[in-house]
This record gives sequence, C-alpha cells and structure tokens, in this order.
Amino acid sequence: MTDETAKVEELVHQDYEHGFVTDIDTDTVAPGLNEDVIALISAKKEEPEWLLEWRLKAFEHWTRMAEPSWAHVHYPPIDFQGISYYSAPKAGTDGPKSLDEVDPKLLETYEKLGIPLHEQKMLAGVAVDAVFDSVSVATTFKEKLADAGVIFCSFSEAVQNHPDIVREYLGSVVPVADNYYAALNSAVFTDGSFCFIPKNTRCPMELSTYFRINAANTGQFERTLVVAEEGSHVSYLEGCTAPMRDENQLHAAVVELVALDNAEIKYSTVQNWYPGDENGVGGIYNFVTKRGDCRGAGSRISWTQVETGSAITWKYPSCILRGDNSSGEFYSVAVTNNYQQADTGTKMIHLGRNTRSTIISKGISAGKAQNAYRGLVNISKRADNARNYTQCDSLLMGDTCGAHTFPYIETRNASAIVEHEATTSKISDDQLFYCRQRGIDEEDAVNMIVNGFCKDVFKELPMEFAVEAQKLLNITLEGAVG
Amino acid sequence: MLTINNLKVGIGNKQILKGLDLTVNTGEVHAIMGPNGSGKSTLANVLAGRDNYEVMSGTVEYDGRDLFELAPEERAREGIFLAFQYPVEIPGVNNIYLLKAALNGIRKHQGKGALDAVEFLQVVREKMKLVKMDESLLNRSVNEGFSGGEKKRNEIFQMAVLDPRLAILDETDSGLDIDALKTVAEGVNSLRNESRSIVLVTHYQRLLNYIVPDYVHVLSDGKIIRSGSRELAVELEEKGYDWVRQEARAA
Ligand SMILES: Nc1ncnc2c1ncn2[C@@H]1O[C@H](COP(=O)(O)OP(=O)(O)OP(=O)(O)O)[C@@H](O)[C@H]1O
Ligand SMILES: [Mg+2]
Repeated sequence: MTDETAKVEELVHQDYEHGFVTDIDTDTVAPGLNEDVIALISAKKEEPEWLLEWRLKAFEHWTRMAEPSWAHVHYPPIDFQGISYYSAPKAGTDGPKSLDEVDPKLLETYEKLGIPLHEQKMLAGVAVDAVFDSVSVATTFKEKLADAGVIFCSFSEAVQNHPDIVREYLGSVVPVADNYYAALNSAVFTDGSFCFIPKNTRCPMELSTYFRINAANTGQFERTLVVAEEGSHVSYLEGCTAPMRDENQLHAAVVELVALDNAEIKYSTVQNWYPGDENGVGGIYNFVTKRGDCRGAGSRISWTQVETGSAITWKYPSCILRGDNSSGEFYSVAVTNNYQQADTGTKMIHLGRNTRSTIISKGISAGKAQNAYRGLVNISKRADNARNYTQCDSLLMGDTCGAHTFPYIETRNASAIVEHEATTSKISDDQLFYCRQRGIDEEDAVNMIVNGFCKDVFKELPMEFAVEAQKLLNITLEGAVG
Repeated sequence: MLTINNLKVGIGNKQILKGLDLTVNTGEVHAIMGPNGSGKSTLANVLAGRDNYEVMSGTVEYDGRDLFELAPEERAREGIFLAFQYPVEIPGVNNIYLLKAALNGIRKHQGKGALDAVEFLQVVREKMKLVKMDESLLNRSVNEGFSGGEKKRNEIFQMAVLDPRLAILDETDSGLDIDALKTVAEGVNSLRNESRSIVLVTHYQRLLNYIVPDYVHVLSDGKIIRSGSRELAVELEEKGYDWVRQEARAA
C-alpha cells in the first residue's frame, strides 16, 4: 500500500450529517404488493377511475418484466413483497393550510437540515413543496404563483384539481411499461410534485422541492410532472436527504418534463440520500427515471444534477429532442465514496432537425467506490444537422476506487456532428503541494481542486444551490485525499 | 533565520543532497548557482516541505525551530514562500480565489482577521503594480494556459501579496524576456528589506545585475562547494563550473 492509499484509508470516512429520525406517527400499509394494495392507495387518495386503471395496467406490465441487470452496480436481490407501499404522516391527512399547521417536529427536522422554510420563504423567494414520506405537508408561495397562472402543487392535489392536464401528460414521456422501476412507480406512486407553466409565462421564482424518506422499510415512489406551455420558462430545483438507517431503502422516482414550442425547463437536482456507512451497510437504492420531452420546436430542457448520496444510483436524465431546433443539456457531478456505486449518465435522442445536445459529466470516486458514466447519443434519420458535444471527466482519489465510461453513439444521419471527449485524472501531488505551500491545509486544498474540477457543472446551478452543492461535495469527500 | 547543517536528502535509492550547509541571516539575499541536476530544486522543495524526498540526516533550523516538524502549510504560514520552477496548473480554481484563501489562512495563523473582498482587492491592486501583472490573469484558473513568463510573474505577485519572511525563488528568471526580467527583478527588489531573507536559485549572473546578492554559493553534486560575493558569479560566467569543481577538489 502506498502512502497515498494509506492516507485515503485513514481519512475517507465522514459521518453522515443528516443522520437522525423524526418521530412522527405514521399510517402505514402492511408490506406486500398486489392489485388490492394498489386499489387501496388509489382509494386513500380518492383518485378517479382512469388513474386506478392506469396504475393497474402498469402493475400488470411490471409483473411480467425482469429487473434490469446491465448497470455496473451490485446489490442483493430486493424483496418487493417486503416493502410497505403506503405511509402518511397522521397529522397530514387533511393537508395543512399554512406553515402554522405543519407538525412542529417536521419543521424542526427541516431546520436540522438547514432548510428553514419560513426563512427560505423570505430570503430566497423560493416556493417549497416539501414531500415528507409520501404526502405533501407544506406548500408556500402559492398566491404569487397563482397570480402568474403557474400551478405548483403536490401531485395528489393536481389529480384532484387539474385532472385533465394530468391525464393528458402523465405517462406521455415515460410510458407505464418503459422500464422495470418506472412500471413499479406507475403502479404504486403515492405523491410528488406537479408544475404547469401556461403559455408565454416566465415562472416568477425558482421552484423547489425537498424530498425526504422517513418511515422504516417504506419504499418511496415519487411522481413528478412538469409541463411548460409554448414560450414559457421555468427553473425547478429538487433536493433531498435522508435520515440514517441500517436497511436499504428503495427509491424509485419518475420525473417527466414536457416542453412545448420555445419553452424552457431547467431542472436541477442535489441528491444527498443516505449513502450507507463506511462499510457499505445501509443506504438508499436510488433507481430513478427522469426524462424530458422537447416536444415543441425551439424548446430547451436542461438537466443539472449533483449526486453525492445513495448507496446505489441508477439514473439517466434524458432528453427527447423531438421538436426542430430544440436542445437538450445534461450537466452532472456524481461523487462516490466508501462503497457507493453510481451508474449514471444521460440519453440524448435527436429526432428533430437542427437539434443540439450538450453533455458535461464529472465523476469523482474515492474509497472503494465505483462510478460509471453511461451515455447514449442517438441521431435519427430525420435529424438533419444534429450536433452533440460530450465531455466526460473522471477524477480518482486514491487507488481503490474505479471510474468507468460507457459512451454509446448511434448515428443514422450523415450530417450529424458528434464530439466526445473523455479524461481520467487524479488530484496530483504537485497541485496539492502547490496549495499547501501557499498556506492552505490539505483538506481545503482537496476541496478547492475538486470544486474546480466540477466548476463547469456548478456554474449551471442556481446560486443558492451551487453553495449547497459545494458544501455537500466537501462533506462527502472530507478527508479523501488522493 | 535559516541554518542548514550537513543536510543529506535522497529520493528512491538516489542520494541528491550530500551534506549541505548553508546559513541565511535575516535580511540577507543569497544566490545559489550550480549545474543542472545538482540539487537546487531539491533543496528548495525540501525546505518547503515536499514529502516525496527522504531526509536522511542533517538539520534545518528556521527561526530557532526544527523545520522538519512543520507541515508544508505550517511552514508557509510561518513565512516560507517558494516560487516554483515549474508552477503547476490547477484547472477550474480561480487564481485570485486561491490567493485569498492563502492570505487569509496566513492571517488567521498570525491572529489577524480575514480580509473581506474589498480589502483583499485593495491589496491585490497595489501588489499587481509591483510586478505589472496583467489584470486578466487574476480571474483565470491557476496557471492554466499561462505563458512561461506569466507563470513566473504570477509567482512573484503571490509572494508580494503573501509577504513572506523567507522567500525561495527557484529560477524565477528562466523564461523571462529582458523587459520582464527587469520588471520581476524590480518587484523582488522592492520586496527586499531588513526583515525578509531571499534565496535566489538562478543559472544566470545577469539576474544578479538587477538583484545584487549578499552572497553567492555554488551547489555541485549535492554540496555547496564554494561561497563568495557577487564577484563569484561573474567569475563563474567566465570560467564555468569545471573551474570551481577543480578548485574545490584541489582544496
Ligand atoms: N522525483 C524524482 N525522482 C527521481 N529523481 C529525481 C526526482 N527529483 C529529482 N531527481 C533527481 O535529483 C537530481 C537533482 O534534481 P534537481 O531538480 O534538484 O536539480 P536542479 O539543480 O534544480 O537542476 P536544474 O538546474 O536543471 O533545475 C536530478 O538528477 C534529478 O533527476
Ligand atoms: Mg531546478
């Protein structure tokens, strides 16, 4: 073992900052999954008949599908019958009308996470739709959004109040049978966020949602739908963190984005689910399907993600560039430490003419972690003058971790220009020494260099998120000197 | 200020410094000259705390303390500055951001408060003039894409901002054009004072026309084989290193 490795061994452990459990009575359905459970979820949420049928159709597909095994991740088989598919905080069954009605304990939890809702309300001008387990319990800034005609609410509310929009767009980007986890989500999702921006409207504020898993042994299945009508613009922020817990928890969300003509959706994520301890025990399985449909001409969808958490991440925020002149972007920082595994990337499907896509992926591995970039750039026959630029950089800290790159390029149109650049590097001793010689201690030097490595992605994040992202990155890699 | 006693340093199985002695008093300027590979950068790096060298024996006292007990960042905060022969590029890290972190780290160690953005910028503006630093270099990534001369200038600019008590300049003159050499030398001269010591590593006696040293040493094969005044550099230029080597052997 080299000196460097020894240092990494010694320093790469960082206690999870958000490790605590809030004690709130939950109304939890017994573990197991069948049509009755789905009917029960649907009934509890007083859903219309069509939605129950939609769920059952998804379930039927799911029972005939096999769990995917192609990703570069390893984990023991998941017992889907051992999971409880519904859990709601008791206090939240009627839905609070204001923050005053929110369980004080929950507010306290958010304080610990550094997300004081009321302060955020004033300072950041951010509307917060907080998902606590499976039911939304707090939504702010509704009035201001309503003035602009923007609908931003929990998914359940949307089903009750805007069923036509939900029905038109739900499953139109990620069909029920799209993949194993998306089918499961479609069958059992309990809540999530819904956002609708009407024609020619600029959403007056950044929209933000914080997700949090709290009840033991409860898989969480969020469903998010963002629809931007012609000429509209929205920036949506999603962040999440989870309390410390020993058993693995499954998280299989689906996010669908629809951008009509000249609409723009910017979707930013900071993901900080519990990653497991330094021996690889516990942690969240994060199997997410995120997809945006640039349905209209000149539309634009941009994904920015900072993935620092989860034991296993399986996630490919993608863009279907259907409209002519539409563009898709994917900016990603994925950090893995200890025994974390990440298989993440994107798919850019060019269907329209003059479509553009940009992929910037930064993977950082430390400890015994495995970090894979998997990306597909597909240029269809019709997509004249399509362009893609992909840059895929890996940073290794120490020599017991791994970085893997799986770029797939499929081109059926000769006018396409597809560029791919990839690098793998280590933080060099020269760089570290240079910083230390200037009086900066090793830890700060590492943070500085790593943040520099991620700069092209961080600059895509809204300000308040960029700061949080840097902090998270530093916490995740604390001591991981390489 | 700095007392090096019989210092032996190696890397792998190779011994580089083979019993080096050197004393630098406060306020003095020492020039170290010597053939390629003789160990000049090794000496500079060991003094700054680079850990891939093995110190086999010998002592280094800095300000009455055992230098080897201090980590590189502690040495820096105690006032040791190394202008690197080959300054490394750090992509994505803003030049001025690194410098601010460095300065505030040093100030903290000195029990002073951190400078805010405005105060810091004031220091930066003032010191930039000293070395005629191009403003556009401030907000670029550390050394990334800098020309050879720009890198050297940036090192001296950092030195000016960090205000060290012992500055070691490793071939800061190499790669500078005549005008730049003059500017950098003027910068160094303006930083010269009775409380700051400077060790200049150079191959060219030309630099010493601008920065006139108190002492000149010849480092050859891991040892200082001759020390003298400014005149020694001139003589060296005329007669070459073989001449000193022969004289040293004869002695
Ligand atoms: N990391 C290393 N591994 C192996 N040998 C090294 C290493 N670093 C330095 N050396 C060797 O030590 C010797 C002294 O190197 P050093 O860089 O100190 O010389 P120098 O006097 O600064 O030369 P120059 O005038 O060319 O800058 C050289 O022979 C060099 O090859
Ligand atoms: Mg040298």
